[in-house]
Amino acid sequence: MSETAEKPKDIMFAQALNMAMNKAMADDPKVILLGEDIADKEGGGVFKVTAGLSGTYGTDRVRSTPISEQAIVGAAVGAALVGYKPVAEIMLMNFITVAMDQIVNHAAKLRFMSGGQTSVPLTIRTTTGAGTGLGGQHSDMLEAWLAHVPGLKVVAASNPQDAYGLLYSSIMDDNPVIFIENTPGYFVKGPAPAADHTVPLGKASIPREGTDITLIGYGSSISRCHAAADKLAEDGISCEIVDLRTIAPFDEETVLKSVAKTKAAVVVHEAVRSFGAGAEISSRIHEELFSDLRAPVGRVGSGYAPVPFSPTIEKAWMFSQDDIEREVHKILG
Amino acid sequence: MASTDMADKDVLVDIFTRADLIMQSDIKFRQMIGAGQLQIVYYPVRGQEVVSSAMMAAVNQDDYLVTIYRGLHDQLAKGIPSKELWAEFAGKVTGTCKGKGGPMHITHPATGVMVTTGIVGSGIPIANGLGLASQLEKDGKVTVCCFGDGATNIGAFHEGLNMAQIWKLPVIFLCQNNLYGEHTHMRDTTGSASIKQRGEGLGMRSVQVNGNDAGAMYAAAKEAVEYARAGHGPTLIEAMTFRFHGHLLGDTSHYIPKEEMEQAKKDDPMPILRQQLLDLQISEADIAAIEAKNAAIIAEASQFALDSDYPPGDEYRIDVLDVEIAA
Repeated sequence: MSETAEKPKDIMFAQALNMAMNKAMADDPKVILLGEDIADKEGGGVFKVTAGLSGTYGTDRVRSTPISEQAIVGAAVGAALVGYKPVAEIMLMNFITVAMDQIVNHAAKLRFMSGGQTSVPLTIRTTTGAGTGLGGQHSDMLEAWLAHVPGLKVVAASNPQDAYGLLYSSIMDDNPVIFIENTPGYFVKGPAPAADHTVPLGKASIPREGTDITLIGYGSSISRCHAAADKLAEDGISCEIVDLRTIAPFDEETVLKSVAKTKAAVVVHEAVRSFGAGAEISSRIHEELFSDLRAPVGRVGSGYAPVPFSPTIEKAWMFSQDDIEREVHKILG
Repeated sequence: MASTDMADKDVLVDIFTRADLIMQSDIKFRQMIGAGQLQIVYYPVRGQEVVSSAMMAAVNQDDYLVTIYRGLHDQLAKGIPSKELWAEFAGKVTGTCKGKGGPMHITHPATGVMVTTGIVGSGIPIANGLGLASQLEKDGKVTVCCFGDGATNIGAFHEGLNMAQIWKLPVIFLCQNNLYGEHTHMRDTTGSASIKQRGEGLGMRSVQVNGNDAGAMYAAAKEAVEYARAGHGPTLIEAMTFRFHGHLLGDTSHYIPKEEMEQAKKDDPMPILRQQLLDLQISEADIAAIEAKNAAIIAEASQFALDSDYPPGDEYRIDVLDVEIAA
């Protein structure tokens, strides 16, 4: 099969993120990057996501920092208060735990507590995700903690095009945004975005239309939803997929409209199932559509345990395509 | 000994004017809370007036300030208009933050007051960000970051000062060392003999000064400000002081030995500064006029706070994000 000239080149997720930051920095001199090892002298980021940017924009704007997560986020908060649009890289999501005071007590609240006199247009990029044996402190999905804090937006992309559009929108947004990347997903390829491709925050997408059940997910769960939907189609089950893209505040309108049509839903995420974001989404669906549902909304997530190291336990713990299929069959009887 | 030679007459009058406003405001707050006219948690500042007044006399209105829950002295010294400040303390819609911040979260960008935090030590990393913005903008501004001795035991202090030092940020870290973190004396919580030593350990220019001595405090402040504006980087000022009314109002200071409190009150910076003005041939009548003017400002501001309305309940949906949250 020959490539046509129109077919967009495939790029990796990490490249899409790099392109988004590059565009944001070119468009707005107030965009600055802070994080451990992010400048080229230190390697352009541990996953090379910021590679080349310090060369183009200088180390004043692309600053490698000490291993000081509170200081990184705090500096980003302070600069944001006076008109900068900082992008702070917290290398791994578990490291956010040592900067939670700056995120929860300050970034999220300063607009409100100042009565709107100040704002914190800050983006925190962070990566995480299980499946590659990183163990208990390098792969947690902690989005539910952050989604629970009023004043924060939480974003996760499922493909390079969305990653590009969502990261650019996050940087330009006037609110603090936590942008969650997926470590194993950095090297997954997908169609490259056009330079002017945008994705608004707060707007879900429907990458697959269907009639029997809605699968709702975000970030790393979307590829598994697609795989499960392909398999279920063989059994004659038509799945619609809603990719939230913004986890908080989530696009209730798109979710409810889809479920009102299919009358059945499963929420799918990699995070631990108990008290996860899926509980809130499921609950909202029940509140609005209870009498229309064919069965209670299902939830698929990972097990109630820290992320295990050994591949056998990690695999057993982690949510899977099989779990999604099983849940769908259970709901549809 | 007070070092009057280190600041000229006009500067001392300026410092006194600010410090007297703080002292009288603190007295009035305690009075009104005691009388049940205000129902708020209050962190008294009596005893620490001169530290802030001398510091803020050395900076400009558009320089930035980050302070903490015990911040009334810093906020008044920086120039927040009393009416808005009092109204915010009272939770009224006419306050600096529409009543949504309260005493622990005073913000007033018009006078450079960017953050007041209720979390010990957390202002330090944020001050760095303001300093970073000034460094990138080349706007010549400095950021003053106030905190107490207790804050030097939390991680944010060490992370923050280290980052400020490596990036040579124009930030003045003003540690108002009143010797007590909540109810515990510094000697029981702090491994180093001084806070200055901690700054030195982080490679930072660090000075210790009697913060209650207006001339010495002003000289230290001015030097740090000039150092920062010249691009040389941050300074840690350890300003020795004392608080006369405990951690928060209602605290009996039972953990402070009687002799220590008596000595501190004997060293009360306010009568000393007043006497300095008299010694400089400023007349009793001129000083009394400053005090009367401050009293009038406070009378008007406190009445304004009492008379103002509380914000409407629906206000909670505004300023959470940049769009109003649906009801």
